[in-house]
Amino acid sequence: MLTRPKRKNPVLRTRLPTLPPGARSRVALGLTAAAALGRFELQQCRDCATVQYPPREACQKCLSIRLAWRAQRPEGSILADTELHHSNDLFFRERLPWRLGLVKLACGPTVVAHLHESARNEVTVRAMLDRAGQAVLVALPQKEAANMAEDRQLREFTCDPKFRKVLVTDGKTALGQALVKELAKAGADLIWVGYAEPWKKFAGFEELQKIPQATLLPLDVTDSKNVREVAAEIGGKVDILVNNAELHRPFGIANRAGVDTARFEMDVNYFGLLRLAQEFAPAMRSRGADGQASAVAWVNLLSIYAHANFPPHGTFSASKAAAHSLSQCLRAEMRPAGVRVVNVFPGPIDDEWNQLLPPPKVAPAALAKSMVKALQDGVEDVYPGDVAQEWLERWRDNPKALERELSA
Amino acid sequence: MSVLSELASGLLSGKVRVVDLTQTLSPEFPHISLPPEMGQAWPFRIEEVSHYDERGPAWYWNNFSCGEHTGTHFDAPVHWVSGKDLPNNAVDTIPPRDFVGPACVIDCSKESAKDADFLLTREFILEWEKRHGKIPSKAWVLMRTDWSKRSADAAAFQNYDETGQHTPGPDVEAVKFLVAERDILGFGTESIGTDAGQAYHLRPPYPCHYFMHGAGRYGLQCLTNLDQLPPTGAVVFAAPLKIRKGSGSPLRVIALV
Repeated sequence: MLTRPKRKNPVLRTRLPTLPPGARSRVALGLTAAAALGRFELQQCRDCATVQYPPREACQKCLSIRLAWRAQRPEGSILADTELHHSNDLFFRERLPWRLGLVKLACGPTVVAHLHESARNEVTVRAMLDRAGQAVLVALPQKEAANMAEDRQLREFTCDPKFRKVLVTDGKTALGQALVKELAKAGADLIWVGYAEPWKKFAGFEELQKIPQATLLPLDVTDSKNVREVAAEIGGKVDILVNNAELHRPFGIANRAGVDTARFEMDVNYFGLLRLAQEFAPAMRSRGADGQASAVAWVNLLSIYAHANFPPHGTFSASKAAAHSLSQCLRAEMRPAGVRVVNVFPGPIDDEWNQLLPPPKVAPAALAKSMVKALQDGVEDVYPGDVAQEWLERWRDNPKALERELSA
Repeated sequence: MSVLSELASGLLSGKVRVVDLTQTLSPEFPHISLPPEMGQAWPFRIEEVSHYDERGPAWYWNNFSCGEHTGTHFDAPVHWVSGKDLPNNAVDTIPPRDFVGPACVIDCSKESAKDADFLLTREFILEWEKRHGKIPSKAWVLMRTDWSKRSADAAAFQNYDETGQHTPGPDVEAVKFLVAERDILGFGTESIGTDAGQAYHLRPPYPCHYFMHGAGRYGLQCLTNLDQLPPTGAVVFAAPLKIRKGSGSPLRVIALV
């Protein structure tokens, strides 16, 4: 079990982040693509049904090149395990000893996996992203145990908020407030909660103040000076940044004159992310290996409409598409430090600005839960709830069809 | 000596003092808020262009953005629907002569401290005239509330509660009286509007905007340092930016005392 990390001695050097080996072939990135969504997929031969590992171009049994990534049963049993006490790889060298093993999967192949400290005999194998952002296999005990997430090795693959310091950029919304509660429940040490336009009292302010881990501070992502000052004040301590600040107005092009509303949306949803990234990312990058409570994740609240425009909320969709594109840039810039950028793509949230959309809409509390769970599971792209999952499948299956369906 | 050279020597000798009635433009300074579904004024924002660095090695400058009604600002008649068809109703066409005028400062600071919803009445003005003389025509009437002293605390300055904003301002009869019987140049306040925070509930709503602008008069808001002005005798310079068909503009307001 993980004990609370000691307070950092502020005069000691912060070690620079190192990464595990990150090179992958294009075909091997199929494992990463599934792991990014929290899925365990291996290649399977369409001709003889043999499951393949490691990823390859042709079937190891019948040499067919008709291999497809398919969800596989995750059960397996440990054939052999070993503890690594020496490595020439800089990343593992700093994290020794390290437990590894051979696992025979029920679906066929035998794989090399990182072993959880409690993994014995029968295990569940997951494809998880490592600090280099690439998929690796991790064997976990089949039975969920208390404090399982606190395993030292597992924490290298997840972004668990436990004992970490978090900034939630907007505490004014129901989602922001639910996030603070979930993060507190997940064991976050300290949660800074931003709120714009501090002269306007908002519902839930007093309740937020009662959460012992929460500290409220004025933060307006449209104000560069304010973002810079807040980053100067707390940026060196933020381990997880959750950017949930968004502006959403239900307009397309034709039903709102002028560009002002769209500009406000861009200012919050796109430039807000850019301002935060410019001011907070440098310090987070420098703290990617800062002990057990290192800087570890950046979470962006995007929208399923980032993938395909929903014309009744057309300008909002466009701003989220812009934010999505920028988040990919941020992801690339954070990767050398091992800091994960988690993108969240919800369907319509049950809030004021989706008032006229019929259900199903994702409840802010449920969305907050899935965002925190994504951190605990180490997932990179989150499609919370059934609606978003269905949209994801429709989008992956045929983006053009989804475009037509959304504009119907 | 001509009037202007007398003024110049007064400035030089310190006999004439220049008082800045302007709040500093900054992102923190509170801005007007409307219901979120309506169009919104841009708050003041500033971005560095370069700071003696690789973006411009020897110079420092910024880009800023804001609405016409940001910080200490001027309201032109065209700002309100009642003034929309008047001649010379926008900041670029207002006669420049109107940018300079004598100031009558009505001290309502005690009343406003007791009651944030204090309304300046016709009777209150008549009482003031008994002590300081009749308001001359073409004068700025400035309502001193000391509200500007709250500006460091945005929440106290805006003074919102569940029923909206609570700030002092003039009532309907006071505005009608100043326009019709005193022929003033305009009305100035220290709070975020020339009307009271709860003026939406007056009849008509926002009477100072409605009648002042309907009669081609002007407004100044977010003024400060009114406590440094005498009740009468100061001259105010308030020239807005020359924006084509502009409904108002942030500006530097100064008073000669």
